[in-house]
Amino acid sequence: MSSLAMSVSDTLVLAKRALIRIPRQPDLLVAYTVQPVMFVLLFVYVFGGAINSGPFDYVDFLMPGIILQSIAFGGFVTAIGLSEDVKKGLIDRFRSLPMSRAAVLAGRTFSDILLNCLSLVVLFAVGFAAGFGFIDSDAGQVALGIVLLLVVGYAFSWIFALVGLFSSSPETANSIGFTLLFPLTFASSVFVPASTMPDGLRQFAEANPFTTWADALRSLWIGTPPHTDVWMSFIWCFVLLAIFAPLAVERYRRVAAK
Amino acid sequence: MSDEAILVEGLEKSYGSVRALCGVDFSARTGSVLGLLGPNGAGKTTAVRILATLLKPDGGIARVAGFDVVRDAAALRAKIGLAGQYAAVDENLTGLENLEMVGRLYHMPRVAARDRANELLDRFELTEAAKRPVKTYSGGMRRRLDLAAALVFRPPVLFLDEPTAGLDPRSRLGLWATIEARVAAGTTVLLTTQYLDEADRLADRIVVIDHGTAIAEGTSDELKDRVGGERLEVHLERAEDAERAISVLAEMSEEQPSVEDHTVRAPLRGRPGVIAQAVRRLDDAGVGIDDIAVRRPTLDDVFISLTGRAAEEEPPTEMPEPVEEARA
Repeated sequence: MSSLAMSVSDTLVLAKRALIRIPRQPDLLVAYTVQPVMFVLLFVYVFGGAINSGPFDYVDFLMPGIILQSIAFGGFVTAIGLSEDVKKGLIDRFRSLPMSRAAVLAGRTFSDILLNCLSLVVLFAVGFAAGFGFIDSDAGQVALGIVLLLVVGYAFSWIFALVGLFSSSPETANSIGFTLLFPLTFASSVFVPASTMPDGLRQFAEANPFTTWADALRSLWIGTPPHTDVWMSFIWCFVLLAIFAPLAVERYRRVAAK
Repeated sequence: MSDEAILVEGLEKSYGSVRALCGVDFSARTGSVLGLLGPNGAGKTTAVRILATLLKPDGGIARVAGFDVVRDAAALRAKIGLAGQYAAVDENLTGLENLEMVGRLYHMPRVAARDRANELLDRFELTEAAKRPVKTYSGGMRRRLDLAAALVFRPPVLFLDEPTAGLDPRSRLGLWATIEARVAAGTTVLLTTQYLDEADRLADRIVVIDHGTAIAEGTSDELKDRVGGERLEVHLERAEDAERAISVLAEMSEEQPSVEDHTVRAPLRGRPGVIAQAVRRLDDAGVGIDDIAVRRPTLDDVFISLTGRAAEEEPPTEMPEPVEEARA
């Protein structure tokens, strides 16, 4: 078997492993579906009335942002799963097998893409039920937005993979991930327009890739002028992948059971 | 492949300022069982992790099945099986799914991986549980599955890191029988353990490791001979008889008998009639005997004699007294 075919085969075997576990861990499935739904309902109905979203209904402004946030957080399954694998010694077994060095991580992150597709279905269903609708958007733009979300999710899966390999337990993996991501998503245009923020925070929000991604999605789905090019949001993803995927693989080679 | 399936020379590994291995040497012939014996923290697991390509050594040579563990790591991984202290199986997969996954990761074709998984489940008496998630398994079942996972690709060299730690006696016996069957089929096994009976039963040769160095090596019998041969143990009814018992037994022994609490020990070959003779002489001297037996040293005696402490204790922070010199 060539080494490329070997890597693909190993990755698929491990992606299958990550996927068949999901229905057997109902708590994860709940995190994947109920949590995003709760966020949508909280923001639309609790905060929605108090937030000035300019000419748009808040639900139309919010949905691209909240879908982005949910997809970025989706990779936490990878952090928890990898951290468990390290703790229980499974990583030792994988590292002693004649398999591709990147396959454990590639398999997990690949399965995250499929899980993120599931999340998207749930999120769109809740969004439409709460009154969200595409504005001045054609099928190509809707699809490009979905592709962008999946690429963002994939980049964050690799960030979460690194977090999982560095954490001493699944619980810390979870809290490190959330502690890093929450401020980033809130200090951006994900939930409120960056223009409403005080000086200092506003400049931070404008430089934040979450603002770039949220604004790109809004330009594709509700016809707002983009804050930068849509292509810039893809470049952000590739930069993150180029940094974090090699770091995670390098960490995997050295990680030891705890 | 050379005669030596495992060859380790001057192996060194430090974690920061802690020296886990300070120049260990040992080897195992193809088809034999080498037991690495030592207390917690002696460096056994570090040695196994290096041999299984999980950890890079700081110095020294380690070759397994003819492959260097650093330079030929990728090729070596197809020749080894590893079963760890922790049952390294996926709790959310079934037994069958776990073994199939390992087979596929050895790049066995799908059908072959499934057949091999079923064969192993059958041999390890896990067929009934094959389609249940591993989280429903007992500790013994998990260990059996872990060992089965290490055997999927029929590796010529098997590393077992404390394979029976925490198992009930029946599961231990079952696991021992399985390991013996693999050895009979030609597999070389490196076994680490803190259970001396386990090393006694399974290992052809034993290396005793303490504080990152090999402090003794040999067969179980050779190591026991180092502590001294058989000896007569007399448990006294009254501790105050000890003086008289020693003078009686000294006439029968080449060395001075020792006393500890109510027990007098005299180095003595198990000649026919030695017990009857001792009983008669002690009785004549008016020494009350509670119990009397000829005892062969156990590996526990060897361990205590070599390291100054029992195998299953936590290691002390300071170096123990080098007791073996006093005995030599």
